[in-house]
Amino acid sequence: MMFEFSFLFGQFLGGLTAAMFLFLIASGLSLIFGVLRVLNFAHGSFYMIGAYLAWQFVRSIAPTPEGFWLAALAAALSIALLGGILERALLRHLYSREELYQLLFTYALVLILGDMAKLAWGTQQLSVSRPPSLAGSSEVFGVTIPHYNMFIMLLGPLIAIGFWYILQRTALGRIVRAAALDRETLGALGANVGWVYTGMFMVGSFLAGLGGALVTPIKSIVPGMDVDIIVEAFIVVVIGGLGSFWGTFLGALIYGQVLSFGILVFPRFSIFAVSVLMAAILIVRPWGLLGRPLK
Amino acid sequence: MTRIPWTLVVFIAGLAVPFLGSRFYTFVASDIVIVSLFAMSLNLLLGYTGLVSFGHAAYFGIGAYTCALLMKSANVPFLPSLLAAGLMAGAFALLFGFFCVRLTRIYFAMLTLAFAQIVWAICFKWNDVTGGEQGLPNVPYPDMAWMSAAPILGNFRVGDQFYLSALIIVALCFAALRRIVDSPFGRVLTVIRDNPERAQFIGVNVRAYQLAAFVVAGFFAGISGGLFGIFNRGVFPDFAFWTKSAEPLIMTILGGMGSFWGPAVGAAAFIVLNQQITSFTEYWPLTMGTVLIVLLFVFPGGIAGTLTGLLARLRAGPKPANAPASTPQMVKPNA
Repeated sequence: MMFEFSFLFGQFLGGLTAAMFLFLIASGLSLIFGVLRVLNFAHGSFYMIGAYLAWQFVRSIAPTPEGFWLAALAAALSIALLGGILERALLRHLYSREELYQLLFTYALVLILGDMAKLAWGTQQLSVSRPPSLAGSSEVFGVTIPHYNMFIMLLGPLIAIGFWYILQRTALGRIVRAAALDRETLGALGANVGWVYTGMFMVGSFLAGLGGALVTPIKSIVPGMDVDIIVEAFIVVVIGGLGSFWGTFLGALIYGQVLSFGILVFPRFSIFAVSVLMAAILIVRPWGLLGRPLK
Repeated sequence: MTRIPWTLVVFIAGLAVPFLGSRFYTFVASDIVIVSLFAMSLNLLLGYTGLVSFGHAAYFGIGAYTCALLMKSANVPFLPSLLAAGLMAGAFALLFGFFCVRLTRIYFAMLTLAFAQIVWAICFKWNDVTGGEQGLPNVPYPDMAWMSAAPILGNFRVGDQFYLSALIIVALCFAALRRIVDSPFGRVLTVIRDNPERAQFIGVNVRAYQLAAFVVAGFFAGISGGLFGIFNRGVFPDFAFWTKSAEPLIMTILGGMGSFWGPAVGAAAFIVLNQQITSFTEYWPLTMGTVLIVLLFVFPGGIAGTLTGLLARLRAGPKPANAPASTPQMVKPNA
């Protein structure tokens, strides 16, 4: 089996773009899990609503050519606000209960938000056009790459580095890391743990909303994208290691490439290849590639 | 005061459903009977062993595909196919459970979910065997010639006859589950649920017991899936999708996981509610999600838990007139 270099490079870039989207979404899931220890099924719903809101805002508040950027930011911020309200009003009261209640609560949100999106935006496919500033494309090594995809490929690492800096090098990051390790001790030291949790839930939700908003120029918005993306994000964080930030980045890269090249090797089995990879990792290193072993 | 044998009463009421002569009632009753086995099998893990599995649909799906494939493609009779469905699901539960029981709490839930997604991916993509996205339509009804030859049963439609077989099979499974939870084995499971460390101290091999419970739960989920595939007249990859795993959890919470029959009550309530709501709105998930949130925050004990709580309060008799219902100011220690 021989392939042209430019073809393989094209596959690689396709995988990379998919990986950076997944990273945006999965990093939010992983941050929330790392600090709150809640597996948020509604994360995929936040992503979907973020996409719908971006479409809505492009039409209503920002119908100018470059209004997409404003709309995407507004959508992501609205999702952060939604996340904050839900955490403050409801989820917070379940931290002391068993995991089952938290899981079912976030699942109930999936059901409710999914139907609310149908009520608000119907079931037809919606799409958003690329902002004019990034509508062009360039040829690199014989592969045509849309500028928008290049922007996504750059945005992923930028967000990763930004988060790494905040988490590892700032006082705020120290508090967040402490909250992930030992909530009670942090509280005893005088930090307002409740608001740290709310803040992290909002940041995670923001990333989901941003991912949803930014994906709209590439993928059309359809009902059901919520339950599909959450599974992909879930696989990414399991491969990389739950709660591990760089693990999520690595997991997304691997997922993107396995999916992209898996199609060449087993045309029908690329989803299967990713699942098998996840199973293999869970069996050998249940805590993921870069995660810490669990007690 | 003699106790009313409720189990028997419900079973006989169940047997009487086909005599109502309504296709609709038989349909709803079949759904309840089959799905309640799914929920009850999960509760062996959830309520009795304290394991939150978010991938129980895997075993339901494996059972459904096994039974449907054997009956449709290999012409194997109904009962051996159904038994094979349970055994196949149990075998996969053994394989997956071996890795799952090594993890605790939320990580256990995630690994079960991960394995279920693998099962789903296989069902979804392996077109040659599972029919891929299209699933396996037209799963045949079992051959019920003996029932048609019987005096009264012969007049029933095939759907009613299948319902009766399913009812009897599920009743036998419930009897088996009851025996299991009342056995010394079942007692050890509840010890593990209440305090795994202490169970370890007294010499219980916690993982082996958890794995055994996982396999038994998988077996019964497989039986339930096998029956459901026939009832549904088709088997589809959605049977193993992660959202399907949430359904028995919701039913269990709805009915109450603290009692043996809770999940069955929850399954019945879930299905009746579904029938009622979908008859006037398509927004069933929205309704279910709202009901679920109210349950989680207001009635965490579910229907069974709330009813037993009410009964206990009624039995205790009315409170003395002077004492308020609750006296927090007396209970609270001086802070």
